[in-house]
Amino acid sequence: MNRLLENRNFLGLAFMLPAAVLLLLFLTYPLGLGTWLGFTDTKVGRAGAWVGLDNYEYLFGDAVARLSLFNTLFYTVVASVIKFALGLWLAILLNQNIAFKSAVRAVVLLPFIVPTALSAIAFWWIYDAQFSIISWVLVKLGWIDTYIDFLGEPWLARLSTIAANIWRGVPFVAICLLAGLQTIPPSLYEAASIDGARPSQQFWYVTLPLLTPIIAVVMTFSVLFTFTDFQLIYVLTRGGPLNSTHLMATLSFQRAISGGALGEGAALATAMIPFLLAAILFSYFGLQRRAWQQGGTDK
Amino acid sequence: MSQDIQDTQGMNYLVSLPRRVVIVYIPLLVFLFVLLFPFYWMGITAFKPNTELLSRTGNPFWVIAPTLAHFEHLLFKTSYPNWMWNTVLISVVATFFSLFASVLAAYAIERLRFNGSRQVGLCIFLAYLVPPSILFIPLAFIVFQLGLFDTRWALMLTYPTFLIPFCTWLLMGYFRSIPYELEECALIDGASRLQILTKIVLPLAVPGLISAGIFAFTLSWNEFIYALTFISSSENKTVPVGVITELVEGDVYHWGALMAGALLGSVPVAVMYSFFVEYYVAGMTGAVKE
Repeated sequence: MNRLLENRNFLGLAFMLPAAVLLLLFLTYPLGLGTWLGFTDTKVGRAGAWVGLDNYEYLFGDAVARLSLFNTLFYTVVASVIKFALGLWLAILLNQNIAFKSAVRAVVLLPFIVPTALSAIAFWWIYDAQFSIISWVLVKLGWIDTYIDFLGEPWLARLSTIAANIWRGVPFVAICLLAGLQTIPPSLYEAASIDGARPSQQFWYVTLPLLTPIIAVVMTFSVLFTFTDFQLIYVLTRGGPLNSTHLMATLSFQRAISGGALGEGAALATAMIPFLLAAILFSYFGLQRRAWQQGGTDK
Repeated sequence: MSQDIQDTQGMNYLVSLPRRVVIVYIPLLVFLFVLLFPFYWMGITAFKPNTELLSRTGNPFWVIAPTLAHFEHLLFKTSYPNWMWNTVLISVVATFFSLFASVLAAYAIERLRFNGSRQVGLCIFLAYLVPPSILFIPLAFIVFQLGLFDTRWALMLTYPTFLIPFCTWLLMGYFRSIPYELEECALIDGASRLQILTKIVLPLAVPGLISAGIFAFTLSWNEFIYALTFISSSENKTVPVGVITELVEGDVYHWGALMAGALLGSVPVAVMYSFFVEYYVAGMTGAVKE
């Protein structure tokens, strides 16, 4: 018994047991089960039979499913690009020597830590067709005459939900990039400015290259969260108006849980995986740490 | 100018004050205003009487006759206290269970170095990247088959699937920073692995444990899609799901009560976060930096 406890392989296995059992049962197994369900016609309360690619063929021919793919890509690309730009800007601002630095930094992260479903309610009220505060201000300023129906028109609803997503995501990007900015030694900026580099040049040739590895990781996470977003859309629009804000996640919920077509919903959810893998591989190979960023030379 | 001021300010002293106001403070204030306004709006709406909420005259940015009616409605006419209790219970149980499993797993991967520990570490990282949105349908299936549907257990058991990968990954980084020599000394003195873990490694990894714990707690408090899918009866719901599904009745929106519910549901995480800001940020950026 004692010999066994000395054996690192046995001990390692024993230590891994609680985590491994739980992850295998509730993560790996459902991942496989979800893929399998996608190939069956399972309904709630009825075991399904194997139907091959039928679900995928059906979804491919379904205008709503195609629209949800477009919406998801549009939502992800637009929100991620803006989150990156604003997040980097905010990170650079926070990296300055400002008054109440730590308090400001703490407050900035609030949108990220508060439950999204609850802050989405605040946005729902801000976007309200009759009592929107944005409309009220714009009317008072005399810029518009009638209240804007933020969540009532397809394109307006898309942009409004994207704005709410950006609001939630910018703090995460900013605080992570700030951590990256703080690892860049100030001496590099001093050297650059002695060599006559303007601030914009310092940004392009010192800050950005040194920040690339962390940008890659942060944006991978950001894209992942945005692509699979569910709560914001569910609270704000439930996919409407006219399915114009349905993301793949919300549509698969609607088909599988509300509609009972588990197989079809699972197929829709599985269809997200290739896109996620592509995003991860892109950031891994496209933006990963290069040798020269650590003082070596590129091959 | 003394040396330490130069160290903290870098070359900022070269930039004049008016210029700094324009390029730093004004954009920063705009950011802060936009990021914080929804919270102000949530707070002010929660205290407004219905007549003020629905009138277009007057200044909507302020409340003339603040009222606690919405909170009263929430606490005594709905299951809100129940949801709050569920959320606390589920978050605490899920967090502690995840921490327990993660400490053991992280120690095994990082320090026991059993055969294949590197591969297991990589799998843990990949597990962190699997989003709940693609798991909830098969998980609903499994939860139903296990007979856990519409129970708190369904959430206590499924939340660790996204908490354990995160906590393990974070703790691996912390354990790596603890000198191996300490463990060797203890081994020579005859300590068992379990003693080393509880008496040497864990006390040194307390900041990491707090970071992981805080982060895991807020993640489970904020979780939405699993709670929405696996719970159907009102008394088992969590705060985010309860507010969304139960306070909206048809086309009549009780904005005051909705906002009060959102505010009360946000306050606990915000308070907790304010006590542990540094740990939270360390946890968030630590997981990204590795």
